[in-house]
Amino acid sequence: MKDINEDIKWAQINADVLRSMETPRLGYWIAVATCVAMIACAVVAEIYQYKHGMGYGLLNWPHMWDIYIATFIFWIGMSHSGTLLSAILHIIHADWRKPIYRFAEAMTTFSLMTAGLFPIIHIGRLWNMYWVLPYVTDRGIWPNFRSPLVWDAFAISTYLTSSALFLYIGMIPDLAICRDNARGWRKKLYIALSLGWRGDDRQWRNFRRTYLLMACFLIPLAVSVHSIVSSDFAMSIMPGWHVTTFPPYFVAGALYSGCAAIITLFVLLRYFFRFEEYMTIAILEKTCKLTFAIAMAWTYLNLIEFASTWYGHDVASKEVLLQKFYGPYAPFFWMMMFCGSVVPFTLAIRKFRRHIPTMFVVSLLLNLGMWLERWMIVTPTLANAYHPIAWDTMWPGMVQWAIVFGSFGWFGLLFLVFVKIFPSVSMYEVKEMVYHRRGHAGKDTEEVLHRPVEGVRATTGRPGLEGA
Amino acid sequence: MSLQNILNNWDKYRKGHEAGGHHVYEHMWSMVIDLNKCIGCGACSVACYAENNLAVVGKDRFEKGQAMHWLRIERYWDEPNLKPTASDEFQQHGASFLPMMCQQCNAATCEPVCPVAATYHTPDGLNAQVYNRCIGSRYCSNNCPYRLRYFNFYSFYETSWPEPLNLQLNPDLSVRDKGVMEKCTFCVQRIRTAKDTARREGRKVRDGDVQTACQQSCPTTAIVFGDMLDPESRVTKLWKAHEVELGKTAQHKQHPEKRGYRIFEGLNTDPCVMYLERVREV
Repeated sequence: MKDINEDIKWAQINADVLRSMETPRLGYWIAVATCVAMIACAVVAEIYQYKHGMGYGLLNWPHMWDIYIATFIFWIGMSHSGTLLSAILHIIHADWRKPIYRFAEAMTTFSLMTAGLFPIIHIGRLWNMYWVLPYVTDRGIWPNFRSPLVWDAFAISTYLTSSALFLYIGMIPDLAICRDNARGWRKKLYIALSLGWRGDDRQWRNFRRTYLLMACFLIPLAVSVHSIVSSDFAMSIMPGWHVTTFPPYFVAGALYSGCAAIITLFVLLRYFFRFEEYMTIAILEKTCKLTFAIAMAWTYLNLIEFASTWYGHDVASKEVLLQKFYGPYAPFFWMMMFCGSVVPFTLAIRKFRRHIPTMFVVSLLLNLGMWLERWMIVTPTLANAYHPIAWDTMWPGMVQWAIVFGSFGWFGLLFLVFVKIFPSVSMYEVKEMVYHRRGHAGKDTEEVLHRPVEGVRATTGRPGLEGA
Repeated sequence: MSLQNILNNWDKYRKGHEAGGHHVYEHMWSMVIDLNKCIGCGACSVACYAENNLAVVGKDRFEKGQAMHWLRIERYWDEPNLKPTASDEFQQHGASFLPMMCQQCNAATCEPVCPVAATYHTPDGLNAQVYNRCIGSRYCSNNCPYRLRYFNFYSFYETSWPEPLNLQLNPDLSVRDKGVMEKCTFCVQRIRTAKDTARREGRKVRDGDVQTACQQSCPTTAIVFGDMLDPESRVTKLWKAHEVELGKTAQHKQHPEKRGYRIFEGLNTDPCVMYLERVREV
């Protein structure tokens, strides 16, 4: 089975993608309204918390962090999929990524924008948040460069900038297509954003080089970002957090939840925008296989962590592990193990993999598992650390839940705005893919490739020497 | 300029905390708590509330785990039951008490993780907390193995001291607002006063000049406080007598009368509080 219909016309690709950006229908507005309502919940909760203090979320001693930080890691993790698809698969020439990488990249940027809110929300005096940045003042006060939270601030802001830039650069040729087909305010917007793209050789050469450079830059960055987030835990001395395998474990978990989210959005976009021609079952299958491989890597790293704790015979760490197994949070722990390590086996079965509703549910379950994983990293350690007098079980209050709930609305809103303003399938890369898959230029491409360039007069009969 | 400052003092910034914050100390304030003498009356804790403007949070918030007791008396009922008589809920000899305040670790785990360096080590050997600098990331509390850092989850001052109780607040230190971390300071305001007095009188701080509130109020004098760098101070003598040394992760001693120990010293936090083990009847 082919990844994409190779006989598709280039004009058809343009038309299909541009259609997805047309004036939205009622369903879209309902989705937007839902997201705004979710955000409103979070905003009300946050205002309340801001005014009255962190205690109303039922944060307590020793549960100083809870689902804010868990959700923060969750969103950071989700951001890794875009880089995986667009940068890593770009470098290894896996061209099946082409129809689906654009929205994955957008997901990267938006989930980072969501994740970045959580450290701000969770600190006690958020009006002083900027103190973690090393700005030069005459007071000579600097942040503490040894603190993993400061590394976080650097890593996340760098990653957000780079991934937004990468998303934008990769979109320039498509924005030019939009510009050529738009009217009104959209026209003005695309004229500004497409930076005068004409699609000549020089532009394409520079574009390729920049894109590759950004891809190479982004890969180590993505890996380092989640390693640094894992340092928030691995650098501490707390049992269950002080784990050497945390950086690879976090990166694997990040790719995992990101891939699961790609499947979710894949199904939604395919259904709502009728992208069946581009988001084909064959591509879904490949994504599922990739997710399965990552799920197994994650499971393996999980087992390594348990084994090293178990055989390490550190009393406190072992106690935390046992409390995960049968303590008050055990139902969530086992749900995480089920969603993270058992459910992905459906991805290994061809029949399920090709059944879209099943894949939709499975991808949601996988992400539920990954959210629980983050919660099960943060909370059991706080509940059962070294000092037994501080052992405590805490269930997050409504304020915390409302803010976490609202973060999904915020992500959804950003994504909804994106799909109506920017092409969520990369038109030029799909064309490239079709071109390479055909192995030759079709009639419609011939026409474009041999279109005479205005202002350049052929002085010699030989190709390649025009204008010499 | 500050950039100049960082370049000029690069050596200072570059050095890590491998051996604790400072390498040259002016004082090394330290405490010895004799658990044999502790009767668990809680006077120290009450004194601490009065001295340090600690918020009284009320029953509800206490149950939610949002209390602010810098010095807490921990009760342990799990002492080995030496006379296994019946299914007694509690032991024959009652509870054991453990007064816990900030251990003022010399290799404090809370210090390196603070993103804004609001907690740092002073040349006095104290683990200082700068309320004005704290942004409330709460990482320090998460990384404290003793769980001795308390967070202002609310603006406690609004309800803690209804008039005229606000008049009993100690003017020597601030009343903290919501969003900052706080913890035992070894009554730093008293240390400050003693040092200022000593300087004014042109002498060194003598042993006994500084008395912490908990020490002052202990009816059995279970708490001894002093400067470890003063060879004549009572704490120095006690640490020596019990063969407990700073900078070690385990104390090697055989004699049963040497009861001194430090909590979790195996974690290499190097705490400055030594406890003297309770002697149990057999």
